[in-house]
Amino acid sequence: MEVQEISELPAIPTAVSPAAWRIPDRALGWIVPLAGLLLWEILARTGVLPPNGMPAPSVIAGTIADLARTGELPQHVGITLWRIALGFTAGAAAGTVLGGLTGSVPLLRKLLDPFLQSLRNIPSMAWVPLFLLWLGIQETSKIGLIALGAFFPVYLNLLSGILNVDRKLVEVGEIYRLSGFQLIRRVILPAAFPAFVVGLRSGLGLAWMFVVAAEIMGASKGLGFLMVDGQQTGRPAVIMASVFLFAVLGKATDAAVQGVGRRWLKDGAGAA
Amino acid sequence: MSGERHLEISGLRKRFATADGALTVLDGIDLAIEPGSFICIVGGSGCGKSTLLRIIAGLERDYQGAVRLGGAPITGPGLDRGFVFQEPRLFPWLTVEGNVGFGLAGRSDREELVRQHIELVGLKGFERSFPNQLSGGMAQRAAIARALVGLPQVLLLDEPFGALDALTRIRMQQEVLRIWEAERTTVILVTHDIDEAVYLGDRVVVLSSRPGTVRRIVKVDLPRPRDRASLEFTRIRQTIHAEFFTREEPPAPAYAI
Repeated sequence: MEVQEISELPAIPTAVSPAAWRIPDRALGWIVPLAGLLLWEILARTGVLPPNGMPAPSVIAGTIADLARTGELPQHVGITLWRIALGFTAGAAAGTVLGGLTGSVPLLRKLLDPFLQSLRNIPSMAWVPLFLLWLGIQETSKIGLIALGAFFPVYLNLLSGILNVDRKLVEVGEIYRLSGFQLIRRVILPAAFPAFVVGLRSGLGLAWMFVVAAEIMGASKGLGFLMVDGQQTGRPAVIMASVFLFAVLGKATDAAVQGVGRRWLKDGAGAA
Repeated sequence: MSGERHLEISGLRKRFATADGALTVLDGIDLAIEPGSFICIVGGSGCGKSTLLRIIAGLERDYQGAVRLGGAPITGPGLDRGFVFQEPRLFPWLTVEGNVGFGLAGRSDREELVRQHIELVGLKGFERSFPNQLSGGMAQRAAIARALVGLPQVLLLDEPFGALDALTRIRMQQEVLRIWEAERTTVILVTHDIDEAVYLGDRVVVLSSRPGTVRRIVKVDLPRPRDRASLEFTRIRQTIHAEFFTREEPPAPAYAI
């Protein structure tokens, strides 16, 4: 009898059931931005915000739709994504090779790391005039700049990931008589892999930063160009549309790299 | 005994270079270990007991004296010796299966040996679990399976239960005895726990500190399973205890607290 009584306890109705008010955690993150958008929309429509400075979100959405309809937007987005893809791939590949080599061969580390570390201290924008001079105003200089941006995070994270591999795990590899190469492949690289993925993601972030810089400096196409164009022709909605698209594309590519990283990690775990 | 593999240590001396000269860690160690026996090495911290085990494992190569396994000098690690560290040291990116079979890459009998040894340590059903999904005791079982999978002549255990809670430790001691009885490999276990040494070992080697020398070898002639509360057990434990705490500095009696 007593057991029954206890099992009935939760069913006792209260005036306001807290469960009815519970909002899923994922939705919680949307409340503030949506409320902000709504407030922005109201303030813009009532004229509190100047329309030539802060157009309403609905106007920006309309601009994006118009640009998409004319075929202008897909062209800009396409060329920007293409630059990111080439630049990021080149930079990440160079960072992976150099980070892997300097991490595995102490002599190479002593030779190359101080030099690469000192290059890192040059402010990124300082490279722009040099790249334009060396590689011309065409695509090569832009892609080179993006590659440079992607290179350092990948290189640094992979190198420190390798150097920070737990000595204790390496010792287990020694117990099983792994040769130098096997030790790198079966212990050191898998152990450094999470740091490598972090490097790829921050490299991608910098690639996006550099593509904006490259396209602002001199381009006739691309989202960065669209932004400058919007500024020069006094169309704030175009500027904000570009900013919004940078945010969406940046987030989407980051999620893609993260997803690929997870897949690799899983595959690596299944094999070996 | 002839023809059988046999671990022999004679005149072993190990020194580490430090800032203020060489530090002698082990000095004049002589030990002969019969195949299939269970040897426990006890000593205080810094007596070089782990170093001794690492020399047998082949992880420390720079020493004086002779260490021979089956007549052949030990020059490096090998599958004929399995090693279990104080921490499980499992590879976090590999499953239990992957970890246990780590040293058998490319061998055709890998799958069968892995299956057998996972079963031996009682981890059946956890083959596909990752180390972060295991408890401390389970992770250490996986580490023991990994050390045994290559069918070693000698199993080396370096304070393997030091990081476990008291109840799990006792269970793991019983487990190791069961595994040893099943596999009949030579076991050398390093510990600072006198009780553990007397419970497990055929012989208990007592090391002195700085430099480590063999102070005494105590034979534990008790049938297994051993009763930790029995008079003989207690007597042997006290004998070893007395090696560490001499009469001049007796451990504080209980009533003085």
